[in-house]
Amino acid sequence: MTLQELRALREKGQKAMDRRVGGDRSIEIIVGMGTCGIAAGAKEALNAFVDELNSKDIRNVVIKQVGCMGFCHSEPTVEIKMDGMPDIIYGNVDPEVARTIVHSHILEKKLVDKHVFDRPSRDIVKEK
Amino acid sequence: MTVIDDGKGMSEDELVRAQDPFSTDGVKHPHRKVGLGLPFVIQTIRMTQGRFQISSVKGKGTTVTAAFNTEHWDTPPLGDLPATLGQLMALGGDHEVKVVRHRTGPKGSGSFEATRSELREALGSLEDLEALTLLREYFRDAETTLVEETT
Repeated sequence: MTLQELRALREKGQKAMDRRVGGDRSIEIIVGMGTCGIAAGAKEALNAFVDELNSKDIRNVVIKQVGCMGFCHSEPTVEIKMDGMPDIIYGNVDPEVARTIVHSHILEKKLVDKHVFDRPSRDIVKEK
Repeated sequence: MTVIDDGKGMSEDELVRAQDPFSTDGVKHPHRKVGLGLPFVIQTIRMTQGRFQISSVKGKGTTVTAAFNTEHWDTPPLGDLPATLGQLMALGGDHEVKVVRHRTGPKGSGSFEATRSELREALGSLEDLEALTLLREYFRDAETTLVEETT
């Protein structure tokens, strides 16, 4: 694939009708990709998000890779921000959990209870 | 695998500390005292009789080389290289990344190159789902072609 072909695919994609899920604002998925995250499988979790979102034709998603968020004991960690849902950090997100987050949190707007990270590391996270 | 940067570089003392798993610059998380990136690489290389080299010049940059021993039982698999390269390019920030992937197979050697600024120019943003999907496809295509040409 050349860079021209890549550009053409991008233009084609942007012309296609978006299936916007969860309001006007883009859904933001923030994946911790520090050494701790990657060692625990963050790359695979990120891949699973990409595959699952594409298979559900959900397009309005921004994916940000960040460094260690300070929750090394619960990696891979993923934060989801979208309209109609509180900002939630999920911990121990393997590919299966990533798919569950797409179905439950993003599409059905239901929290994935077992993985909600309710009390982030207090030594480094300031209370808002 | 060789990683070369033109960043801040390290003094000899800093270079020694960077290889210690219980040392970090302490800037991001002030109370924590671990830094595992390089130590994980060094541990894997030592366990599997590979080769590791690091050199750095303060103010100029750092070069890290890790040669993995593909014959050793405990060497981890290469993994999904195209997805990794796509994720590497999509990592946020205003930096440049150039990747050169060489492969030697029974039919000879080949390589492909990719530059982050060129990909960003072709895709606009690199931080949305479609960009990440297209980057992965782009590198899968390049890797498949390279494997076919050299096998």
